[in-house]
Amino acid sequence: MITGLRRVTKAGFVGFWRNAYVSLASIFVLTVALFVIGATMFINQLLNVSLSALQSKVDINVYFVPDAPEDEIERIRNAVATLPDVSLVSYTTREEALQQYRERRQGDEISLQALEELDENPLGGNLAIQAKETSQYENIARFLDEQRAAAEPQTPVIDVINYDQNRDSIDTLTGVIDATEKASLIVMSILLIAAVLITFNTIRLAIYTSREEIAIMRLVGASNMFIRGPFMLQGIMYGFIAGLLALLFFYPLLIWLGPRTELFFELNLFTYYVQNFGTIFGILVGIGVALGLISSTLAVARYLRT
Amino acid sequence: MIYFDNVSKLYSDGRAAALQEVTFQVAPKEFVSIVGHSGAGKTTLLKMIIAEDKPSVGQVFYESLDIHRIPRGKLPSYRRKIGTVFQDFKLLPHKTAFENVAFAMEANGRSDAEIAENVPQALSLVDLDDKAWNFPHELSGGEKQRVAIARAIVNQPDIIIADEPTGNLDPIATYEVVQILRKINDLGTTVIMTTHNKGVIDEIERRVITMDDGRIVRDDATGKYVL
Repeated sequence: MITGLRRVTKAGFVGFWRNAYVSLASIFVLTVALFVIGATMFINQLLNVSLSALQSKVDINVYFVPDAPEDEIERIRNAVATLPDVSLVSYTTREEALQQYRERRQGDEISLQALEELDENPLGGNLAIQAKETSQYENIARFLDEQRAAAEPQTPVIDVINYDQNRDSIDTLTGVIDATEKASLIVMSILLIAAVLITFNTIRLAIYTSREEIAIMRLVGASNMFIRGPFMLQGIMYGFIAGLLALLFFYPLLIWLGPRTELFFELNLFTYYVQNFGTIFGILVGIGVALGLISSTLAVARYLRT
Repeated sequence: MIYFDNVSKLYSDGRAAALQEVTFQVAPKEFVSIVGHSGAGKTTLLKMIIAEDKPSVGQVFYESLDIHRIPRGKLPSYRRKIGTVFQDFKLLPHKTAFENVAFAMEANGRSDAEIAENVPQALSLVDLDDKAWNFPHELSGGEKQRVAIARAIVNQPDIIIADEPTGNLDPIATYEVVQILRKINDLGTTVIMTTHNKGVIDEIERRVITMDDGRIVRDDATGKYVL
């Protein structure tokens, strides 16, 4: 058993070197395929980051009337925070709102003077609510409307909910995000399928050149596993080397691309590559090894059937 | 040792049968030559012995074993009992002469010590000690065929099947190969060989089976080439 394993391993390595051209061609194609898969991953990451950056800029604001009782505000705030669709609720008190107003109008003497003329703070507190998905804002807005309707008409708590003003832009953004995700999914699936098929065919051709040898091995009485083993090992080696090569090619490319993607997408791809190197290594080398192994196993199986 | 019982091979498209009602047997330590025109069914006959081809009718036995009822998983171990030699040598092109011979032993699960001992012996028997580390493309036709014979005998099989072993060889190489096969037979291994070569048959002076159109037409104990 151990002798067999050692022989299969040795035959795999020797076959790899003595068929250097075939090995080289297979590795090259596999590298290109893995590069496509890696690039797909990076583009996907860019899209995700920039979409979620866009999403985090969208929120609903609830403005309370200046004399809204604190416990009522607290109640609504808690109710909103427990909604499943809500990811973040931040409360700005009346005093903080005034402070922020002052900061924003720094140097605008007229506005500040107008504020001084008033005896009391004219601003109410407000809640800024972020949803997990942009499509969920509608539900949250409906919930807030119900809260407003439930309050006593003589003593209103909620002054304004700004969803209706923001509605069009939120809808547009939701549409854009949906379409982008769908399109990228389709494009990436096509690229992935193409990469896998090309790899399969290349390795099939590589093994096609060995079909005579496989027939001879069978005649000599070699068991199927003894014949298959070296080819499987070679497939694994192709995938491993191709994975390393793809990682190597990404390095200079991303050094160059990193600052540019940071400008446009708010994510430096090179930093991402370095920080997640372990995962990216695992994915690319893992896919490479799996692709190589599966393709070579399937390709040899053809010639092992009697 | 080998027994053909009323074997016929028909093709589905209704062409002439490759074998028709073939019955014969081969005893241990015999040297049997099978002669006949191309298409007479010689190669089909040999393929049935190594379970590369199946009869449409009839059975082929190796001792008491029905060859075509051997489960697929057991075929490799059956084939290791038979050494095969072909007209086109069928050497592994990316392996040296030594490795080609050693491969048959590795496939057989032999130990490294046995391989180190038996491969040089086999190569020496076919007089190729000095070409052990050459690749097939560096060898002449006769040398390649001798490597193939060394590979066929290295596991000490009960039978050697040789399909036109001299078909691609010049007269001197042919003579050498036939001498080697005779030597192997003298050492106790059964040999079944097909050939076109009249000189080879006349030189061996052993049993000759003559085939024509899928049938056995002559079976002579110490035959001459008659067609």
